[in-house]
Amino acid sequence: MAEKLQIAKYWGAACGGCDVSLLDTNEFILDIAAAADIRFWPIAVDGKYSDLEAMDDGELDVSFYNGAVRNSENEHVAKLMRQKSKLLVAYGSCAHLGGIPGLANLASKDEIFDRAYLHNPSIQSGNETVPLPESTDDGYELEIPAFYERVYKLDDVVDVDYYLPGCPPAPTQVKAVVQVLVAALTGQAEAPPKGAVVGASEVAVCEDCPRTREEKKVTKFYRPWQIIQDPERCLLEQGIPCAGIVTRSGCGVRCPNTNMPCRGCYGPLPNVTDQGAKFVSALGSIIDSKDPDEIEQIIADIPDIAGLSYRFGLPASLLQRKVTP
Amino acid sequence: MTFEPKIVGFLCNWCSYTGADLAGTSRIQYAPNVRVIRVMCSARVDPTFVIRALEEGADGVLICGCHPGDCHYSEGNYKLMRRYPLLKKLLEEYGIENDRVRLEWVSASEGQRFADIVNDMTERVRELGPSTIRPALQADAAGR
Repeated sequence: MAEKLQIAKYWGAACGGCDVSLLDTNEFILDIAAAADIRFWPIAVDGKYSDLEAMDDGELDVSFYNGAVRNSENEHVAKLMRQKSKLLVAYGSCAHLGGIPGLANLASKDEIFDRAYLHNPSIQSGNETVPLPESTDDGYELEIPAFYERVYKLDDVVDVDYYLPGCPPAPTQVKAVVQVLVAALTGQAEAPPKGAVVGASEVAVCEDCPRTREEKKVTKFYRPWQIIQDPERCLLEQGIPCAGIVTRSGCGVRCPNTNMPCRGCYGPLPNVTDQGAKFVSALGSIIDSKDPDEIEQIIADIPDIAGLSYRFGLPASLLQRKVTP
Repeated sequence: MTFEPKIVGFLCNWCSYTGADLAGTSRIQYAPNVRVIRVMCSARVDPTFVIRALEEGADGVLICGCHPGDCHYSEGNYKLMRRYPLLKKLLEEYGIENDRVRLEWVSASEGQRFADIVNDMTERVRELGPSTIRPALQADAAGR
């Protein structure tokens, strides 16, 4: 191993929040810079794909990949990073579970292109131009990444060593995970088992939530802005769909502590295969009615159950995407 | 060859499974397309079970429990009654046809009713054709 650790970070289909979360470790980022050479990090340091391609296999000690895999460019860099790195970490909800971009799996590629490029109020009507992977303009052959039919999570395309969940991961957890990995790579500590979810706990958000819990029986569901909430009491008991009950903790209960329901970004609890199905089960169970019509009326207040229950993990769900017959 | 739907049936032990048993002991002839899984109570049918069955290639899923008010555990079937419409909304967003998943209340004495439900559901699913979920997911995995 070189004297300094060799690290890299990349964003696939992502918003950039994960890159910022690494900077949110504040002065710790200076310790990272002191202990490691940042070889590749498009959002923060200069570097080209050709630099990554020129590296030897396994030359990088740790790579952090954030973002989902939406197009051929994302997949290409994911495979390159895997090849060049000893350890590859799926950083954040998108790489871990598919994240917000994964919600696009409820629409086909054609539907997305139609909405984005053809029939959209902000687009000149009659537009027929959609991006093509290969095109010719003025005699020049142009290539852009191919847009896939659906969104994948990182481990659908490459082997992943560790998962660091969160949208974005909490800076304290980022710091702790970096320290663990540095200790493991320098032989000072044992590495976590391959495939582990790191930087998160093994219990539900509710375990760490300071709100008081009484009885879960609701006759109406509210969206957060529709109700003046009791800041002390469990949000779910107040009829606000809070995913804390089906979500892994470790985030520091950031959302419920700021009066917002948990959205489930830390992903399913250990041994749970499908987070959204569990959320459907939990939400259904607390409805206080024995009348089918009234039950229908109560759930009518939840406009998008798939978006609510799989907000960060549709590509990681059992069904993964909408099926068009 | 005509398409024979594969339907997974979750039947509660106390009413519906006994009802299906009655259909058998009464020698009622009905479609052989439902593969029965006995559960202690319809409340045991976690939405994950239904989704898993569809993901594994089932063309339909039938859930049967005691009639409301008749649950062996007093309130179990009400739990399912509350979860089921949410699950249906979820499946609709996934593009899964309404007739593929069905909930019915069948008592221990309703052997004929169980047979009728199975026949009706089998025909509806046959009309829909084979589920495309599993082939689509396999194509996704292979086509990358």
